[in-house]
Amino acid sequence: MTHPLDHLSRAGDDTRDSASLEANFSDLHPPLTQRQAFIESQRCLYCYDAPCVEACPSDIDIPRFIREIAEDNINGAAQTILEENILGGSCARVCPTEILCEQSCVRNHDAECQPVLIGLLQRHAVDHMHFDGHPFMRAADTGKHIAIVGAGPAGLSCAHRLATYGHRVTIFEAEAKTGGLNEYGIARYKLVDDYAQKEIDFLLEIGGIEIRHGQRLGDNLDLETLQHGYDSVFLGLGLGTSRQLGLSGEHAVGLMPATDYIKELRQTDDLSELPLAKRCVVIGAGNTAIDMAVQMARLGADAVTLVYRRGVESMAATGHEQEIAKANGVRIVTWAQPERILLDDAGRVAGMRFARTESRGGALVTTGETLDIPTDAVFTAIGQAFEAASLSDARASQLGHEAGKIEVDGNFRTSLAGVFAGGDCIAAGQDLTVQAVQHGKLAAQAIHNEIMAQQEVA
Amino acid sequence: MKAFAKKPDVDLSIEFAGIRSPNPFWLASAPPTDKAYNVERAYEAGWGGVVWKTLGEDPAAVNVSSRYSAHFGKNREVLGFNNIELITDRSLEINLREITEVKKRWPDRALIVSLMVPCVEESWKAILPLVEATGADGIELNLGCPHGMPERGMGAAVGQNPDLIEQVTRWCKQYYSKPVIVKLTPNITDIRVPARAAMRGGADAVSLINTINSITSIDLDNMVAKPTVGSQSTHGGYCGAAVKPIAMNMVAEIARDPETQGLPICGIGGISNWRDAAEFAALGAGAMQVCTAAMLHGFRIVEEMQDGLARWMAEKGYRSLAEFSGKAVANTTDWKYLDMNFQTIAHIDQDTCIQCGRCYIACEDTSHQSIAKLIDASGARRYEVIEEECVGCNLCQITCPVEDCISMVPQPSDKPYMSWNEDPRNPFRESA
Ligand SMILES: Cc1cc2nc3c(=O)[nH]c(=O)nc-3n(C[C@H](O)[C@H](O)[C@H](O)COP(=O)(O)OP(=O)(O)OC[C@H]3O[C@@H](n4cnc5c(N)ncnc54)[C@H](O)[C@@H]3O)c2cc1C
Ligand SMILES: Cc1cc2nc3c(=O)[nH]c(=O)nc-3n(C[C@H](O)[C@H](O)[C@H](O)COP(=O)(O)O)c2cc1C
Ligand code: SF4
Repeated sequence: MTHPLDHLSRAGDDTRDSASLEANFSDLHPPLTQRQAFIESQRCLYCYDAPCVEACPSDIDIPRFIREIAEDNINGAAQTILEENILGGSCARVCPTEILCEQSCVRNHDAECQPVLIGLLQRHAVDHMHFDGHPFMRAADTGKHIAIVGAGPAGLSCAHRLATYGHRVTIFEAEAKTGGLNEYGIARYKLVDDYAQKEIDFLLEIGGIEIRHGQRLGDNLDLETLQHGYDSVFLGLGLGTSRQLGLSGEHAVGLMPATDYIKELRQTDDLSELPLAKRCVVIGAGNTAIDMAVQMARLGADAVTLVYRRGVESMAATGHEQEIAKANGVRIVTWAQPERILLDDAGRVAGMRFARTESRGGALVTTGETLDIPTDAVFTAIGQAFEAASLSDARASQLGHEAGKIEVDGNFRTSLAGVFAGGDCIAAGQDLTVQAVQHGKLAAQAIHNEIMAQQEVA
Repeated sequence: MKAFAKKPDVDLSIEFAGIRSPNPFWLASAPPTDKAYNVERAYEAGWGGVVWKTLGEDPAAVNVSSRYSAHFGKNREVLGFNNIELITDRSLEINLREITEVKKRWPDRALIVSLMVPCVEESWKAILPLVEATGADGIELNLGCPHGMPERGMGAAVGQNPDLIEQVTRWCKQYYSKPVIVKLTPNITDIRVPARAAMRGGADAVSLINTINSITSIDLDNMVAKPTVGSQSTHGGYCGAAVKPIAMNMVAEIARDPETQGLPICGIGGISNWRDAAEFAALGAGAMQVCTAAMLHGFRIVEEMQDGLARWMAEKGYRSLAEFSGKAVANTTDWKYLDMNFQTIAHIDQDTCIQCGRCYIACEDTSHQSIAKLIDASGARRYEVIEEECVGCNLCQITCPVEDCISMVPQPSDKPYMSWNEDPRNPFRESA
């Protein structure tokens, strides 16, 4: 298949060289200096039963790690973070803290009207830790072996926790690289300097974890084999496909899912080689849409328009993300829904026709007006969906589903005995790295408890 | 710390004056150790030991309402803490029963009973067997409570009188078989005198400091100090971070006094984190007590204290507290033994300087006019040390808001060590 944007010019075609493009993708939120971290750490009130801890999906003891920073115990701070969230370094960079920990910081009240910068402090601790060897221990080998499908945040977190219990883990990963969306999806300026891989190297230091790439469940791998060969199975498949607009021309040259483009953008060594849509339209209202729009703007696009069928207040992207988009010159058009993909004579995308919408008694209706936006490319970011092919083998197709994803109980158990699942691929998944990490961790605990209980019975 | 987190390979346990404790962090005799409920919560949180809130003879003391006040920093952080409470306000019998039960339930933790009874032999003779029967690990004599109790002929009254200290300690050693720690009041002139008295009386250890007489602030509208009881106030006892320097000096004075060589010292006063604890240990403390920091943040701080201390020790290669306890004592000496030939000079790192001018005005107005205020070719402000003038007082470095911007640089010298005693400039020099 030819690339849907191959006809476009390259990001480097104008005067812009690779280095200046790369500079546009440097750290979105630069790290704190030692001094800044010290001052910021003193703003923490060391609340008891702290609201920030309640808001953190991965249960990090935030006041404790901040106090440890203030007391010049950086390794202590890092360990406090990592013992709850082994991907605490990437979460510090990618978490929408403005709707998580920092939103609930008591300093938001009249006391200071501004939260403690928890995310940046977390990054500071993890960036500056200096352990001799890995800071966690592996318990004695239990002789148990667990299969994990998917090496994204959920699978990796599950693997690390299982390893600490002394179990052996084999991760089956479809892609050539480890990390899931940390490697292929998160905006380039959120995880710079190959951080995802560095963090994975650190995580794997625990030992006892093997990763096999190019192994795709539903393709060259089936669930029954895994169930037979291993003591337990964890599915951390994420959401593999992008939702479609459902319009004709969806496969035209010039239209592509935002996540596919972002994947290329994350993987390239030379940004100047990327196809650049000087005028582009991004359809969607979540963080993926914002990431796509902002990254295109930073690559050099002149006119980036983000179109959403409802008002800004309904956008899934946080206020902070919307601000980033505006700061990068992204135009946000609301109350317009895709109606037709406009093609040129060669059958390539030339524009997009939107139907104007409004809310009538809560229901979204079209007003009859339309809006045409000429564009070189259209990127769809209207949500990710579960990839059915992953669960197409005889055994996997027996898995119960809920809301189009894998159904699990409170202990991350699927409807099949010995098969667990977590992260974006289960109904409770919220499209947050930190939540995937938490699912993986809790599922590991559940798997461990179940295996140990079976051993006692046996 | 979770089970799978690697712990620093050090042993925090101590044996202090014959009392074993899984770590050197004890709660000082005060409200945090007032009753079984608090003490058990403290043990659960990880405290190695507690000194039970001071017991006295019945009837129990009665406290006023409005009891504490504080000396605040500009951002409302508590620098110092002041209280006008008395010793326990619960009956002796209840306290003794709870102490017995708690010790039984927590055999591995240190439990020390603080005592204050009238300065007559019968009183001590009567109470000590009751305390012995509880199974507690030792006693601490509260001879320092600086308020309320002195008026009844106890507390500071005893602690300020070396003969009485010696006498009371002797009675305790006579009527009680386990370790006796004498807690010293800082409200005296020379801390070595009461420490020597305690040693003569047979004390197994001293602990210090108790609180310092204080008035933290005045309500200027009503012309009354805080804490205000109705329309009046009284002086209280000062503690918390602000008293740490005073306490450390007193600990050092005792540690380097030849007359009290080898007397175990329990450090108290402003200890709020692992570093404070390490500093007290460096000056010779073999255990630490904490009151204010726990009162401000709860018992959980002990986790960070243990973790921080253990990590620092591991980094330095110390496997136990004993390996570094007292290591700074030999370097603490009398002024007259300091090297008159040592010279240090301030250096301003121009790359990190923010040109605030604080160092300049401090030196210009109040020190030795050793910082030059320059304007460079581009019109930018620049501050430079005039090295010939600098006496190495550290003032500029202290007032500088940027960490590590001003450093004090020891100057190379080929002159040998020379104390003031040997200095020709000293008119009272002891001629060789
Ligand atoms: C563009 C984009 C930007 C995002 N930005 C943020 C952000 O800034 N902050 C934030 O918190 N969250 C963000 N998210 C969400 C976050 O990335 C996910 O919630 C998180 O990665 C979910 O982790 P996971 O392990 O469940 O799934 P994934 O990260 O998707 O990992 C799943 C893994 O399983 C593998 N796999 C899938 N199917 C199979 C199969 N059949 N066989 C074998 N292996 C398989 C995949 O290759 C992948 O490695 C973003 C998501 C997207 C799409
Ligand atoms: C409210 C309060 C009550 C105290 N009561 C006693 C007491 O009953 N007996 C005693 O020996 N010391 C008492 N102290 C003194 C403490 O034990 C301790 O010596 C002092 O507070 C210094 O330590 P810190 O700076 O950690 O608070 C009390 C202190 C406070 C703040
Ligand atoms: S802390 Fe507050 S609520 Fe508790 S006794 Fe004191 S004044 Fe009352």
